[in-house]
Amino acid sequence: MYGVGILKGLGVTIRHFFNTYVEDLRYVGKKLNNTQEFERRQGVDSTGLYTVQYPEEKIAVPERFRFVPFLVVEDDDHPERPGHDWCTSCGICPKVCPPQCIWIVRSEDPVTKRPIPEPEAFFIDIDICMNCGLCAEYCPFDAIKMDHDYELADYDRTGIGVHIHDKEKLSKPFSYWRKIAPTTAWEEAVDRGGWEHIDVIKQKQKSGAPIAKPGPTWDSPYVPPIVPVKEEAPAAETAQAGGEAVGTAAEAAPVEMSAEDAAKEERRKKREAALARKHAKEQGGEG
Amino acid sequence: MSSLDLRQLHDTEFPIPDEMQGNLAITSLSKVYNWSRRSSVWPMLFGLACCAIEMIATAASRYDTARFGMEVMRASPRQSDLMIVSGTVTKKMVVPIVRLYNQMPEPKYVIAMGACASGGGPFKEGYNVVSGMDQYVPVDVYIPGCPPTPQALINGLIALQKKIDGQSLANMDDVPWYGVGPSDPVPIPILGPDIIDPRQMGMIREQAMLAAAGQPYGVRELPAVAMQIATKKISAGAAVAAVSAASVVVDAEAEAARLERRQEAVARKRALLAKS
Amino acid sequence: MTDQMIAPVRPETVDVDAAIGILKERFPDAVKDDTREGYVGVVVERSQLVEVATAIRDELGFDYLSSATAVDYLGIEDSMEMVYHAYRISGGKPLVFKAQTPRENSSIPSLIDIWPGVDFQEREAYDLYGISFPGHPNQKRILMWEGFNGHPMRKDWKEAYYEAELKPFESRWPKGYVRRSEELNIFGKNVAYPADFDLSRLSDDTEASLYAGMGLGVDVEALNSDEELKTDRLVVNLGPHHPSTHGVFRMVVTLNGETIETLEPVMGYLHRNHEKIGERNAWNHNMPFTDRLDYISSMSNNLGYALAVEQLMSRGMRYTPPTYRAEVIRVLMVELTRIVNHLWAIGFLLNDLGAFFTPALYAIAEREKILDFFEATAGSRLMCNYMRFGGVFKDIPERIRSTANLLNDKVRDFETTQYLTQLITETLPRAVDELDTFLTDSEIIKTRTIGVGYLPTETAIAYSAAGPLLRGSGVAYDVRRAEPYSIYPELDFDVAVRYNGDIYDRYLLRIDEMRESLRILKQILPRLERTKGESFFSGNKAVYMPRVAIGEAYGRVENPKGELGYYVVSQGDPKGPQNPWRYHVRAPSFINLTVLGQMCKGQKVADVVAILGSIDIVLGETDR
Ligand code: SF4
Ligand code: SF4
Ligand code: SF4
Repeated sequence: MYGVGILKGLGVTIRHFFNTYVEDLRYVGKKLNNTQEFERRQGVDSTGLYTVQYPEEKIAVPERFRFVPFLVVEDDDHPERPGHDWCTSCGICPKVCPPQCIWIVRSEDPVTKRPIPEPEAFFIDIDICMNCGLCAEYCPFDAIKMDHDYELADYDRTGIGVHIHDKEKLSKPFSYWRKIAPTTAWEEAVDRGGWEHIDVIKQKQKSGAPIAKPGPTWDSPYVPPIVPVKEEAPAAETAQAGGEAVGTAAEAAPVEMSAEDAAKEERRKKREAALARKHAKEQGGEG
Repeated sequence: MSSLDLRQLHDTEFPIPDEMQGNLAITSLSKVYNWSRRSSVWPMLFGLACCAIEMIATAASRYDTARFGMEVMRASPRQSDLMIVSGTVTKKMVVPIVRLYNQMPEPKYVIAMGACASGGGPFKEGYNVVSGMDQYVPVDVYIPGCPPTPQALINGLIALQKKIDGQSLANMDDVPWYGVGPSDPVPIPILGPDIIDPRQMGMIREQAMLAAAGQPYGVRELPAVAMQIATKKISAGAAVAAVSAASVVVDAEAEAARLERRQEAVARKRALLAKS
Repeated sequence: MTDQMIAPVRPETVDVDAAIGILKERFPDAVKDDTREGYVGVVVERSQLVEVATAIRDELGFDYLSSATAVDYLGIEDSMEMVYHAYRISGGKPLVFKAQTPRENSSIPSLIDIWPGVDFQEREAYDLYGISFPGHPNQKRILMWEGFNGHPMRKDWKEAYYEAELKPFESRWPKGYVRRSEELNIFGKNVAYPADFDLSRLSDDTEASLYAGMGLGVDVEALNSDEELKTDRLVVNLGPHHPSTHGVFRMVVTLNGETIETLEPVMGYLHRNHEKIGERNAWNHNMPFTDRLDYISSMSNNLGYALAVEQLMSRGMRYTPPTYRAEVIRVLMVELTRIVNHLWAIGFLLNDLGAFFTPALYAIAEREKILDFFEATAGSRLMCNYMRFGGVFKDIPERIRSTANLLNDKVRDFETTQYLTQLITETLPRAVDELDTFLTDSEIIKTRTIGVGYLPTETAIAYSAAGPLLRGSGVAYDVRRAEPYSIYPELDFDVAVRYNGDIYDRYLLRIDEMRESLRILKQILPRLERTKGESFFSGNKAVYMPRVAIGEAYGRVENPKGELGYYVVSQGDPKGPQNPWRYHVRAPSFINLTVLGQMCKGQKVADVVAILGSIDIVLGETDR
């Protein structure tokens, strides 16, 4: 019969229409945007879709969510190096960045002109950044991460540091990263062998100092290590050697891409290991 | 805008006679006026690229811009207040966009949604991509992100509402569309061998003359790198300042002329008000 | 049957190598093997290209021309070439043939009479490479505007913001003082004018040249006949700003009354220079850029590119194919994407039919849940950037959870497996069924769509239509079955096909495909469970700038919108280049539009948007 199809369709519409009121009636008197309700409505077994009352309630973004990147720095209350960058200005992220929106100025020792593993300046042009996350994925020092703060709208993009994020604006403490991505941060810590920056861990391993190990699960509590009293390390000499090591490491990095034969790979691995040892050594001396 | 600073409000160009100082009518009128304006911003149904998908998702059930009075998306520029530039602006497309912008009635607002519309985005280096909508039409709110999530877009829309709230009816600079006559249309770019912004004609002519004389053309003297090192803390800002300074060399004249016209019109209106 | 036994070799069924043998026998002077390292197929002397192509189509049975594209070998061979990939509609490997031309005064005969589907592709090659195609009836620029300076894809053409030939750029590190590109340009804009630019002769003739050849001018004789209703010819522009063109697409139609006489698609309004940028990018830089092609189905775009590059890599030395778990996850993502896309397509097809927004809202409601899963797994709702060469970015998380870090954040926390199972076994089937009840029987929809936008089978094949457009016309051609990739061979599903070739069938086909996708997804779930904990990536994940073996590859996948192909050439650096020499996207939306003019001829103007909606285009991919 002509018209049955339309009626069937309208049936769907009417069902949708009444369902909204059924839902409303079910929650008469209850506060609609409490957390359990939110979870149920936005959850697996809800039927249909519920509006997120955005400014009043926000869907928290999942851990892997990517918005513009930020740089991890040590917490301000870090016992040894508060506010120190995790970034060693190794130069990998500006290379993997597809639209090439990362600019890094590597620090130099003013006297010896050797590179120091810490960026002097770091810029990300968020008007170019495509939020792809490759920088965070390939950073070997877990120093650049994708931020979750998406509320960046503003009225001007040309002001100082507004849409070209500089180091100051990019830097966020490590505890922030642990807060926004607890499981990922934990996984990375497990890979590193401790909660600290990889260089610090290596240095501590060398000197036998205690390391804050990640617990067995991501939500196990963070136990800071007892900080031992440290002696001053002989500075100038080792720093020099260290600078050299970083330089070669950085230079060596692009070479490792070639994938030719097993022997070469073997050699590369050995060399890398050696470099890592050397690096750790100088870091140990420096810190 | 829950609290308005009255002193600030009265600190306008609006000619309030001394005995009328503290007149509340203006304040509340502004408030009501802005409230009604910001609660019925009609965006143009106008999608450019990937960001448009997020814009549609924002308008759909889950995020629902109807809560902000923005559910009426109008396809016609004549009926819309807000242009959400949602995606990559290409040179070929900027011509219609500027035309659409000119067709929108005042008051009109522009939101640059996403990295592309704000400043070029990942495709910035491409030969057919405009580095930011603001090179052609004034932009009110920038929303970074690629793409901005629906929540980020709503955040931008709220930012726009705040901006509207901040516009005082008493301040002619805030609401120039009353009494000043029709606003100047943005000159529509021309597609030549490359896109031509009519505001830059003079500059292009100069460069062509240089080229004809066999002199180097199309190059720009850059500050020495050493300077950049010295000012690296603010180099980002400095760079931008340099850009805007240079790119408006020619615009400046037009800008000045426009400003003058506008001031004249405001003065006219004031005189009129004073008389009555 | 007996015929087959008597004639042992039927040229239209022999495999590709034998076909090439036959071809070389028939055209001994014109057809040569392509002997370059890593290349396949034959090089055809361009003067005989048309004859050879006719033989390829008619005698050898390669009747479906998937892709035709140009490559500029400046500095390697100093020639340009057109590369054609011809397939049999019954499935199997391609016959790749190429025609070379010098870079100066380059010209290659047009194949438009053999495969009308090359129409836009040849125009694109003309636009971007400056190769002229004698025999092409409408050789105009297609992506850039008429009058644009130069042919931008040529290797020696430099854009205004040109910085260096290849990425990564030197200036970013270690002395990376930030400079916006605008700063370096005297105009502060992304523009460059030729040195001999004469402002006085500036004329914007883009539009004029567009309307030329539209058949303007009224045929008074016909109009004055007494039997007919008096009508007038009228040119109507739909787009680029039009609510139903799905983006910035434009159609110029000549109407006779309400009937369409000619329709010319005009595109390029979202031409973002994907390929030019792609050739400067390193191999893995392109992955996030592919997201932005068909921005509704970024996951499958990723997969196509990963497959193409993996093909090249597999010819190199140490290469390990993706692990089984990686393949399972890939298929999971791709099929979810297909559902997302078809929901979107159906919703907006209804929009185009005039059912403004309600069907679209219902259709895309459940999409949000899939996007939630994408966001939790890949990090972004739309731009997933999830596949890598040799696997995927990260394993599926154990829990879909989020952490509050802004004010008012509301946190959700689900078991991923439970979420997925619920989604695949209940929510999505329910959504598809609801859509089916809602729309399929509706008389209004039937009246508007049945018999409208008819595309006959032969035309569909000849015009290289792909995806739902092709299958809606009765051709059961699906790359997942025709040239299987990933783990599709072991999955049980049918290629959905409908036979009437109108809008309604394309709509039904999309519903069918969603059901098939759900069927696949149900088979994926146990596989996911079984492979839990296995590696999702093969090879060394820390290699951030892979070098890729020299050669060419054409990787294609069945994207929701049709066959998406990537033609990549790795050339130059003998160690294996970091950057693709050529990176071409065979975009289904772009090629499907070739037939739009045909389909719309004689239809009413109101149906045009519906026909366009039924093709389901996305502009990011059309214009690239
Ligand atoms: S990859 Fe990491 S350590 Fe290296 S420069 Fe980038 S942020 Fe710094
Ligand atoms: S997210 Fe991608 S585009 Fe943005 S800075 Fe990182 S690598 Fe570059
Ligand atoms: S900002 Fe990103 S998502 Fe938005 S249009 Fe540009 S490329 Fe697409």
